[in-house]
Amino acid sequence: MIWDQIWMVIWTLLKIVAIVLPLIIVVAYLTYAERRVIGFMQGRMGPNRVGLFGFKLWGLAQPFADTVKLLLKEIIFPANANKFLFLMAPVITLATAFAAWAVVPFADGLVLADINAGLVYILAMTSLGVYGVIIAGWASNSKYALLGALRSAAQIVSYEIAMGFALVGVLIAAGSLNLTTIVHAQSGGIFSWFFIPLLPLFVIYFISGVAETNRAPFDVAEGESEIVAGFHVEYSGAAFALFFLGEYANMIMISSLTAIMFMGGWYSPFSGDSWIAQPSILWFFMKTGFFLLLYLWFRATFPRYRYDQIMRLGWKIFIPICIAWIMVVATVKVYRPDWIGG
Amino acid sequence: MKIFRYLKSLTLAELLKGMTVTGKYFFKRKFTIRYPEEKTPKSDRFRGLHALRRYDNGEERCIACKLCEAVCPALAISIDSEMREDGSRRTTKYEIDLFKCIYCGFCEESCPVDSIVLTDIHEFHFEGKDKNVLDKQQLLAIGDMREKDVATARKNDAEYR
Repeated sequence: MIWDQIWMVIWTLLKIVAIVLPLIIVVAYLTYAERRVIGFMQGRMGPNRVGLFGFKLWGLAQPFADTVKLLLKEIIFPANANKFLFLMAPVITLATAFAAWAVVPFADGLVLADINAGLVYILAMTSLGVYGVIIAGWASNSKYALLGALRSAAQIVSYEIAMGFALVGVLIAAGSLNLTTIVHAQSGGIFSWFFIPLLPLFVIYFISGVAETNRAPFDVAEGESEIVAGFHVEYSGAAFALFFLGEYANMIMISSLTAIMFMGGWYSPFSGDSWIAQPSILWFFMKTGFFLLLYLWFRATFPRYRYDQIMRLGWKIFIPICIAWIMVVATVKVYRPDWIGG
Repeated sequence: MKIFRYLKSLTLAELLKGMTVTGKYFFKRKFTIRYPEEKTPKSDRFRGLHALRRYDNGEERCIACKLCEAVCPALAISIDSEMREDGSRRTTKYEIDLFKCIYCGFCEESCPVDSIVLTDIHEFHFEGKDKNVLDKQQLLAIGDMREKDVATARKNDAEYR
């Protein structure tokens, strides 16, 4: 009896490691991919030097060199900073970014916690992340960090609403808050995926996701040309690395959620019985990778929004469109339930 | 009409246009020169590290006329001379301070016997605080090392001088 419980704890811990370790490696290579892709789009080579044992390998060892560099660096505490909160902030950011992965279904049944309110749990976790940002900005005792924290807090809170509304559309269509059920509702080829009936919500969700993670073109919180690095300007070494890890883990999170909610998760875009139409975890990875590429593509393409433009886009455009489309979806769901999410 | 502009902005057409441009550039050829492995071609007139040349029979060209010393705008060259046993005038000291030198090439232009030249060596360094002054032996050594390149470059460029 007691052994069963201990075994379950160990088994769960193993599963957590099996999710978190690959995630960290993906984050490391996402930073590499980002620099390479943006470099290529700007007509440059990007990092192509750091390799192993004298082989250059297109710079593939760059993330490890960066990690080692960051870990070896000193963590500097600003004068009069609140040390406890200063160190807690990156931990909060990282913990919430990783915790949300507990309910993400990678393939049919391949999920750590198949809870029936997974969507709510994810919204809660991504919203909690804003505390890390605010605490980091406040505890740094620096005006730039505080300004950056305020900017990103306001932005995250605003876009959370549009994001939540977009997900309301998904849960109306799927009739469930459970992520696995939501994916199941999209079975049967590319035309059953939710991004077609919910196209406006799909676009709004992903753009809000970009804004939520404070990525370009919504990166006023970082604003290199204005407030240096925003809320984490005073962070260095391992603490900075944690913020970085959290930010990129959130990017991957948003990408995978977009794949799950709107692009049919692990389902193949083809229908039928051939091998290419089989549902597979690879489809999920490919869809997530596509949205990650979009993140980088956006950053290479668009100039930064002004602050009032961000607020205007969030409040005056996204939220009204979301509400309107939710009504459309709800009406269709009531009168023609077989049209969406079969 | 304003309403059409709003509708157009909802299609994200402008954004997609921008992304097409960056998407195209992703696949374009990159013009980066990967420096230590690849190098840009150098002109025959490239002005790099200095050298003193010799005649084919091994006799140094410099006759200590001190025209280079006079013309040098940065006062980087200092020369001492004496009469050798065979009666010719030769340098006893020929030093170039590389910290002062601005690589203008006036010394080479002023030289009546093509002795002092600027080679195409641009990758060099000093391994000490006081190693910035090249003496006569070093300059002659550089000249011996690069004589072939220097001669070809001068020959190629001769008709344009």
